[in-house]
Amino acid sequence: MSDTGASTVWKRDHFIKNPILRWIVILVGSAYLIYAINDMNFNLDRMRTGWPRAVDFFQRMFPPDYSRWTMIYKGVFESLQMAIIATTVSIFLAIPLSLAAAANISVKFVYVIARAFIVLARSFPPILVAIMFVKAFGFGPFPGILTLSFTALGFMGKLLAEAIENIDKGQVEAVRATGANWFKVQLYGVAPQVLPRYVGLSIYLLDINLRASTIIGIVGAGGIGGALFNAFHRYEYDTALAILIAIIVIVLVMEFISSKVRSRLQ
Amino acid sequence: MTEIQPAIWKRFSKKQSLERYGIEFVLLLIFIWATQSVDIYWPFVTDAPAQAVDLLHRMTPPSVVFIKAIIPSMIETINIATLSTIFAVILSFPLAILNARNTTPHPIVQMVARVIIVTSRSVNELVWGLIFVVFFGPGVVAGVAALTMRSLGFMAKLVSESIEEIDHGQVEAMRATGANGAKVFIFGVLPQVMPIIIGTSIFRWDINIRQSSVIGLVGAGGIGILLTSSMNMFKWQNVSMILISIFVVVLAGEYVSATVRKKLT
Repeated sequence: MSDTGASTVWKRDHFIKNPILRWIVILVGSAYLIYAINDMNFNLDRMRTGWPRAVDFFQRMFPPDYSRWTMIYKGVFESLQMAIIATTVSIFLAIPLSLAAAANISVKFVYVIARAFIVLARSFPPILVAIMFVKAFGFGPFPGILTLSFTALGFMGKLLAEAIENIDKGQVEAVRATGANWFKVQLYGVAPQVLPRYVGLSIYLLDINLRASTIIGIVGAGGIGGALFNAFHRYEYDTALAILIAIIVIVLVMEFISSKVRSRLQ
Repeated sequence: MTEIQPAIWKRFSKKQSLERYGIEFVLLLIFIWATQSVDIYWPFVTDAPAQAVDLLHRMTPPSVVFIKAIIPSMIETINIATLSTIFAVILSFPLAILNARNTTPHPIVQMVARVIIVTSRSVNELVWGLIFVVFFGPGVVAGVAALTMRSLGFMAKLVSESIEEIDHGQVEAMRATGANGAKVFIFGVLPQVMPIIIGTSIFRWDINIRQSSVIGLVGAGGIGILLTSSMNMFKWQNVSMILISIFVVVLAGEYVSATVRKKLT
């Protein structure tokens, strides 16, 4: 038994064992919370005026208005096309990128550049990238496809490079021992080991890209998002709800397909 | 061996490779369909490199003095991310219990919980932002509400999955001591899922830092508002400074999140 002696009442261990540290965490945490909630300027009066607006909002949302079905249909298809093109572009470009960003294959100089690119592509939310591309290249699906390809490349590059870094070296050396050149070593020594992961990631990427493609239209980068944003701004909340439902449905269908295919791959 | 081996080694049999070519052909057709019918204005594409260089030129050098305006806005952004994560963690907890197969009181309740989770997860935070700006007016409150709504489903899904995977023995041991329902939960279930809850919360906070920089575009508070106004005034050097600050904060958030999660496991 420990030297604390046997107490008759059992107590749970504290999550943070050190009492001083525990109290510091609790105090700092609550101080921050009080400050942050205060800083929110939560205004009850504004909530009171907001409430009827909220009720009105919901009343106008129902029932969803499908009268502009062709517009929704076109937007959804454009989102789908953007996602497919961007996914294709990024899964091809991800191959050289991930080889360049894998520490066990690349040379130091190339490695640093590739990793820097990956960090840059991964850090910004797609919407931010989309704004910049729209400002630079104009409206439409083109900046949208660029956005999705760019952010997807960062995601794919990172995970694929990690997969390559974890491969079994023996197989690579066996292929090299046959006298294979650099490309053949990659093709027969590295590629078969990461292929299942590559295919799984590609499908997951399509899933992510489709999600993003339904939303970047808000800043003018093509797809169904633009229609949604317009519906909100024209106070046509019933149309907005119809579009929202369409988005939820295609996102769920894609998620279902993606998880089915990925579980079959494993 | 009776079968004659081919002179050149092939990985797949003829049937397998035919199947593979079939799948690849279908994927190619889908890609061709997508590229042929997408509504791209080609002059934009050919013009793209020149435009990109032009914009980059206007963005350099980033305006360093603008950092004075960025910092308070950035603190607001981080507050939105933190508060919405806390709210989402608190709200997701009952939702996760109702949604987990082994703790749900009734299949109908479970279905309702699932619908809430799915809706929360599949509607983007910008859309939640649009909705809550109508409710609360533009500002931080709408932003916190939007990110809370988005994080809620994410948290609840992962936590309820971990509740479903707990070791049943501990629950039964608690029950055998004569503990009531709440006590069984607190001492039998909670300790087992606590690491997951904390890990997921910190992971979500990391994501929310990223997303809270965007929701300002629909008026829901944070640095996004500053970004939109700078763009509308064509102050590109301010824009680049904002982008740099977002980059730094996101990286810092990712670092904090990774360090804390590593320490916990």
